[in-house]
Amino acid sequence: MHRGSGLRFIANKIGLYLLIFWAAMTLNFIIPRLMPGNAASALMAKAQGKIPPAALKALEAAFGISTHQSPVQQYFSYLKNTLTGHLGISFTYFPVPVAQVIGEMLPWTLFLIGFATIIAFALGNLIGVYSAWRRGAALADALPVGFTVMSAMPYFWIALALLYVLGFTLNWFPIAHAYGGGVSLSFSLRTLGSILYHAALPAFSIVITSMGGWMMQMRNNLVSVLADDYVLLAQMKGLPEREIMQNYGARNALLPVLTSFAMSLGFVVGGAVLVEDVFNYPGIGFALVQAVSNSDYPLMQGIFLIIVSAVLVANFIVDLLYTFLDPRISRT
Amino acid sequence: MAKSALAPAATPVAPRAMRRHYVPHLTIKAWVGLSIIALFVIMAVFAPMIAPGNPNAETFLPDMPPSAANPLGTTALGQDVFRQVVWGARNSLLVSVVAGSLATFIAVLIGITAGFLGGWADRVLSFVITLFLVIPGLPLLIVLSSYVPSKGQGVIIFVLAITGWAWGARTLRSQVLSLRERDYVLHARLVGQPWYSIVFAEILPNMASLVVNNLLFAMIGSLLAAAGLDFLGLGNVSAVSWGTMLYWAQNNAALLNGLWWWFIPPGLAITLYGGGLALLNFSLDEITNPRLRKRVVKVHAE
Repeated sequence: MHRGSGLRFIANKIGLYLLIFWAAMTLNFIIPRLMPGNAASALMAKAQGKIPPAALKALEAAFGISTHQSPVQQYFSYLKNTLTGHLGISFTYFPVPVAQVIGEMLPWTLFLIGFATIIAFALGNLIGVYSAWRRGAALADALPVGFTVMSAMPYFWIALALLYVLGFTLNWFPIAHAYGGGVSLSFSLRTLGSILYHAALPAFSIVITSMGGWMMQMRNNLVSVLADDYVLLAQMKGLPEREIMQNYGARNALLPVLTSFAMSLGFVVGGAVLVEDVFNYPGIGFALVQAVSNSDYPLMQGIFLIIVSAVLVANFIVDLLYTFLDPRISRT
Repeated sequence: MAKSALAPAATPVAPRAMRRHYVPHLTIKAWVGLSIIALFVIMAVFAPMIAPGNPNAETFLPDMPPSAANPLGTTALGQDVFRQVVWGARNSLLVSVVAGSLATFIAVLIGITAGFLGGWADRVLSFVITLFLVIPGLPLLIVLSSYVPSKGQGVIIFVLAITGWAWGARTLRSQVLSLRERDYVLHARLVGQPWYSIVFAEILPNMASLVVNNLLFAMIGSLLAAAGLDFLGLGNVSAVSWGTMLYWAQNNAALLNGLWWWFIPPGLAITLYGGGLALLNFSLDEITNPRLRKRVVKVHAE
């Protein structure tokens, strides 16, 4: 019976995420049409003659525009094209299909964001626990204030500053790209080292700006949890402080942190777009900015969809984790 | 009174006579935050007196480091950086205040409607809230604004508000759900108060602190998002704002030419102003959530 309700929770989530994915696809279809003067047709007119006829056809497919189809028909052919992976052809990387461009760039972004998020999550939560535990001590009380101010720093500005000081002036770190010029992509220590070396600064910029959010959430939740009666009981039983903090406090405070994972990840993804742009890091954030400046609409739409899907998948993994961490979900 | 906004969220607002005497204890953090914000507001309002002249005028020697004539140096185009930072405050503050307020307004509207009506309406609105929460704001912002043909200030503000309201709506909705079940709301229903009276007289005043909290949060969000858009050149690049300053600095390779005085001041201004808002929000949290106040809980033996 427990298992059954857990499955229902998961099934509900799958349904929700599929619905969100459909809504994102529909947004992608509607946005160009809603804009004043129908941006999609205007762009088509502008693109005429400038780009090869094949690309024009690809653009038609991506927008689902075709003069002899009704908007409803256009919508359904757009859905069909998108779901079968026909995202059109990129102008920027002509004549490479959008799906292939994304396929080449997505791993870099997943690596960078995944790497940075795991570090930021772990560090942020540890500092959060410390700051709630030692409340009243000078450092523990100063940390949240410091991180609050730091969370108001623009991601790209931190990235620029790091690039200038550590990369350009001191020459400690590379200032662009994902791996060194003389390195071929193969499974060797040298390649791995070069990749990590190049990811250090971009990842560091993401970590220092996103860590504060995790930290504040953990701290505030933990402070609230520690005021609960069962913590008082544990203290009265004379349990060691460390055990109360870890097993009674932090464990319970972690759950709400996971619930708001979706929004936090959204922020990180947004920040990563700017950071990738600053470091010329060959991920999809960099490609998105390229696409925008080249009016490469098929690529832009494809990247938007892939970003939404990635965030949905990440949230789904967190939901799965959640069912293990919080058995109450399976009981209700 | 504006101060009543700082009353604790969960307790009903005191009767008028008592409320007048309730002055919340502002922490040092709150004062520091308020002072920083006030400083920037003064800077924006009195820009013509603090840094007279057209901020875009290219009348100086280019690439000059800070000096007596140009306290923050000059850009590669021969503009005065100090002048640009001061005048840029106007745009950056305006966008953050207006877009933040608009986003909060939408959040209040949708959050209260969903929480108060419940049932079918709640289910639909909750889905919309989740949708906008899960779709990352900045990529959506980039896609939206790249389709907009003319980049007026109003369009950017509108787009920022559209992408920035969901978090607030979620918090407000759950607060309404809990307030709706309180005895005094039940009482208001039983005596036959109309819905608008219940919403505006019973529920909204008790969420005032949460609304202010969301407003500050949305202002920081809009400030950073607008700066990001400007930096990518998706805003109005001819208007002077902290974000466009960074855009021009980046486009003229200020970094690689060692013009640190061009890209440090605008970023620092964003950080300081945003940090001021964040500090105020931080201390507001402490005021409204007694558990977060200093030394209420003593866990470790001292």
